[in-house]
Amino acid sequence: MALSTEEKQSVMSGDALDRAITERIDALFEKRLEAKLAEIKAAKPASMTIIATKGTLDWAYPPFILASTGAALGWDVSIFFTFYGLELLKKDLRKLKVSPLGNPAMPMKMPMGPAWFKSIQWNIPNAVQSIIPAYEHFATKMMKKTIKNQGVAPIADLRTMCIEAGVNLIACQMTVDLFGYKTSQFIPEVKEYVGAASFLPLAREADVSLFI
Amino acid sequence: MNAGGINVQFDKELDARGLSCPLPILKTKKALNDLASGQVLKVVSTDPGSVKDMEAFASQTGNPLLSTGEENKDFVFYLRKK
Repeated sequence: MALSTEEKQSVMSGDALDRAITERIDALFEKRLEAKLAEIKAAKPASMTIIATKGTLDWAYPPFILASTGAALGWDVSIFFTFYGLELLKKDLRKLKVSPLGNPAMPMKMPMGPAWFKSIQWNIPNAVQSIIPAYEHFATKMMKKTIKNQGVAPIADLRTMCIEAGVNLIACQMTVDLFGYKTSQFIPEVKEYVGAASFLPLAREADVSLFI
Repeated sequence: MNAGGINVQFDKELDARGLSCPLPILKTKKALNDLASGQVLKVVSTDPGSVKDMEAFASQTGNPLLSTGEENKDFVFYLRKK
């Protein structure tokens, strides 16, 4: 004789009942967890931490471009400036230079003159570059002109935009001591002078973390 | 509101011509700050990268991109502030 559902349930005991309960809880839990995670994600703004380690004009761009753009997207952004990256926090950014010496990927083209002239790629051997007086100064001038011609923002402007957008600028205290800097050389917007132990917990919580 | 054509009504215009990444996006963000919810911003740019970037900016920030188009080699965007 067939048993009705009620009768089946009434005879369900021990292991079978445990299994049924576990299955039901698992199903409910998964559903609840998904909703809860979505809720947590929606409540917390995205965040990004960047470690800026380079102090040349060309390498000044990636951290400030990414930080300002992240802030424009509504993200919480912090940059930790360490080693040569500290140059990017100096009050006067006009001293940043770019060197084509030992940098074979850098295009060497003139930013002025007729089109045929501008399209020439000047392949100057390292040995020659190194003995031309003020070569770096010249290359930096050319780079700045190219930047201006292309409508790319000057570094100081990008940094100001980062500050206005609330990007946290954090300086590495160890490097300040190591290089014998004074904090008065840096812009007052530097939020704090700390060490790796203070920065890493921030990076741990961040959705995006970059080393530049 | 007409969201498809180039005759969208707008409350403010931003001229981002001649500027490169990420300036059109940064200036768009700034210009939106000055608008009230529901108002429309027109952005004109010449940076080809700004087409994809503006879409990403709109979806990330939740300010709807009403239309994207080209006018005399310029890219024209209409964004509504959320």
